[in-house]
Amino acid sequence: MTPFWLRWLGSVLGQAAFVAAAVGTLCFFLTRSLPGDMAFRIAAGRYGYDMVNADAAQAVRDELGLDASAWQQLLRWLGDLLQGRLGTSMVSGDSVMSEIAHQLGATLHLSVVAWGLGILLGVMLGTAAAIRGGWTLRLMDALCTLLRASPAFLIGIVLMLYFAVTLQWFPVAGHDEEGSIVLPAFTLALALCAGIAQVVCTRLQRVLRSDAFEYAQTKGLPLGAALWRHAAPAVALPALAYAGVQLVLLVEGVVVVESLFAWPGIGHALLHAVVSRDVPMVQGTALTMGLVFVLLHAAVDLAVKLLDPRQGERDDATWAATQAARQTP
Amino acid sequence: MKPSFPSVACIAWLLMQTTPQAMAQSTAERVLKVSAPWEITALDPSKAGYIFTRLEIAETLVTVDNAGALKPLLAVGWEASKDQLTWRFKLRPAAKFHDGLPVTADAAVKSLERAVTQPGVLRNAGVKRISASGNEVVIELNKPFTALPAFLAHNSTQILAPASYAADGSVKAVIGSGPYKVTQVQAPQSVQAERFAAYDGKAPAIQKISYLSTSRGETRGMLAQSGQADLVFTHDAAAFGRLKQNPTLQFHTLAIPRTIYVKVNAGHPMLGDVRVRQALSLAIDRLAIATAILREPKAAATQVFPPSLDEWHVKGLAPLERNVAHARDLLKAAGFTANANGMLGKDGKPFKITLRTFPDRPELPPMAAALQAQFKEIGVELAVSVTNSSEIPAGHKDGSLELALLARNYSLVPDPMGTLLQDFSSTGGDWGAMGWTSAQIRSSLDAMSASNDTARRSVMRGSIATVLQAELPVIPVAWYQQTATSTKRLSGVSIDPLEISYRISQMSWTK
Repeated sequence: MTPFWLRWLGSVLGQAAFVAAAVGTLCFFLTRSLPGDMAFRIAAGRYGYDMVNADAAQAVRDELGLDASAWQQLLRWLGDLLQGRLGTSMVSGDSVMSEIAHQLGATLHLSVVAWGLGILLGVMLGTAAAIRGGWTLRLMDALCTLLRASPAFLIGIVLMLYFAVTLQWFPVAGHDEEGSIVLPAFTLALALCAGIAQVVCTRLQRVLRSDAFEYAQTKGLPLGAALWRHAAPAVALPALAYAGVQLVLLVEGVVVVESLFAWPGIGHALLHAVVSRDVPMVQGTALTMGLVFVLLHAAVDLAVKLLDPRQGERDDATWAATQAARQTP
Repeated sequence: MKPSFPSVACIAWLLMQTTPQAMAQSTAERVLKVSAPWEITALDPSKAGYIFTRLEIAETLVTVDNAGALKPLLAVGWEASKDQLTWRFKLRPAAKFHDGLPVTADAAVKSLERAVTQPGVLRNAGVKRISASGNEVVIELNKPFTALPAFLAHNSTQILAPASYAADGSVKAVIGSGPYKVTQVQAPQSVQAERFAAYDGKAPAIQKISYLSTSRGETRGMLAQSGQADLVFTHDAAAFGRLKQNPTLQFHTLAIPRTIYVKVNAGHPMLGDVRVRQALSLAIDRLAIATAILREPKAAATQVFPPSLDEWHVKGLAPLERNVAHARDLLKAAGFTANANGMLGKDGKPFKITLRTFPDRPELPPMAAALQAQFKEIGVELAVSVTNSSEIPAGHKDGSLELALLARNYSLVPDPMGTLLQDFSSTGGDWGAMGWTSAQIRSSLDAMSASNDTARRSVMRGSIATVLQAELPVIPVAWYQQTATSTKRLSGVSIDPLEISYRISQMSWTK
């Protein structure tokens, strides 16, 4: 019987391959179908708009072979991709791979901190609201609704204004200084934590009302211990699954937050690549973001399976049953 | 509930991250932090080279002094042959590149030859051959061109060390010869630099500089207000009030040789008649636009060339003004009639045109909206399309452009000739005239390219400005204002209207 981890790895790799091909192809056609003459856009990205003229655009067109048919260009890119290459940026002339390698680290750093922080804040908020109830619950509900309704851009500006300009606790932007990550990470985390807090709160309220929890307390367990032993496992599962879904929000938020905080990440690069029609760069960054997304999702999936022994057993049982059925003549 | 471990850890982490920004540092170690919207898209001089010129890392042969006059930089001086066809630029004998090697004429020739092949200003200078002769760079031209030294102040003509180039000719590092040398580049966001010990000129007082590109105006405003950046360029008009009131900041505003104008497709059936262009011009309330959008009434344009272009600005020229009644009369005379709603049309077709503009300069879209309302007053229906800047030259090329609102830079090179030659050639210019040409302007520009006679050049300049004012192939709206803030702890701050240098080497810390 194939071990569980091998099947898991197989499915992740399959998903990754599909995402790579689909995202790359989709980006290629979407970018090309955007209005505007590509050669002019690329020239503007390269030389700044003061220097863009028909001459510069023609030079770009000749250099990059933009007159070749779309299919030829796409096939070339897919061929390169199979060999592990992502092509060269049409604007900077550097290899897309090296540019992404430089930016991905910054983005992962920001995303992981933001995600962790979002889960932490969400769990804390949700737990406090469920236990205290009353006005705390209402306050949390109002706060979460407000946060979910606010675009990351707005949250970022408010945090900057208060914590960087008024209090001067953290730098406004950039990523070299001590504490640079705090504000962008909190901006993303606040948007993330709202949903998680609501999931945790609803689930925890149900657990708190359950007979099992009441029994645990009746037998003399202090609240903390009862929460940890009896409520945490029940809440962790939906919270984690939900946090996995929220990754989409993170990917979306990163694009805006990186530009606002001048964070040298992949989201910022994607935004600029789209503006200057740098097709290989758009394909490369979107592809990387897609792959990271698949990877994180797979990790969440795995964590959920590990946390919930029922799923693993059930899966293994089904798997064994199918295998057995196949082998039966 | 007792505080849980995660919440304690979180708070502790937050406290550890807390560092007061304005912590006192000795001035020797203090890093001068600069922020501006421009990204380091590439190291190539023809791409984002202006960042390295502005930070005084890479040098050009020529530059400008604080009054805007040309002065030698990497060259100690230059001379032209009598026929104006051969120019000799002598290099600073003690100049060194940041890798320690001396700056040679051969290295300079290599950089300049590369500049001629790249899109950039030098392509328009009619260069025939560039060669090295001892310590001199010799440039031979196809025809006389007096503005050549000004063209050699453009960032695309930076002189970089031979080690800056990769085997395929691309630029892999910026090894210049200026007072500052690069210590780290993190494209597209930041550059760190420090004083170059072996610089052959006066050593600058500021030791270390760092440049951060911030694309959002909101971010730049807050960088200045919080004191995180010492020198911040290009602020949003909405933040002017707040920045001016900040006691730690000095707010600079300065007219620069950049004019916001409406580029007109004079080949369009509705816009070919000069009376129509005049009527559109008369409909524009420039004072209101300058006051409300640029927050500077002095920015209202009265002619194409701003007063900061001292030689080109013609004081006696009748100013462009608003006169709606006269505009209506002109349109009526041009054959337009109004329908029941007061909107104009001609030969059964409504007077409906589209104006393209772009958001890179944040004041352009609101200005386009103001023009839309003002044109409506004279019965012209204007649709506004806010798009990418490159849609303007692209629309010029395929003929689809009707009107465009843009900010044109007259200091691509320190001499506006560089821009005018591009904008008013016989086929028009991507950012200038479209479907319109003037033999008088062309002959004036040609004559100026070949003449050193001050009086004659002045007459030519006057005639160019007069023709443009009368014919309005481009309709001036406002003169651009550069804004910047600097911390009051810096002295010797001045803003370069030509945007060639940030002049950091002239600054020092006061405390």
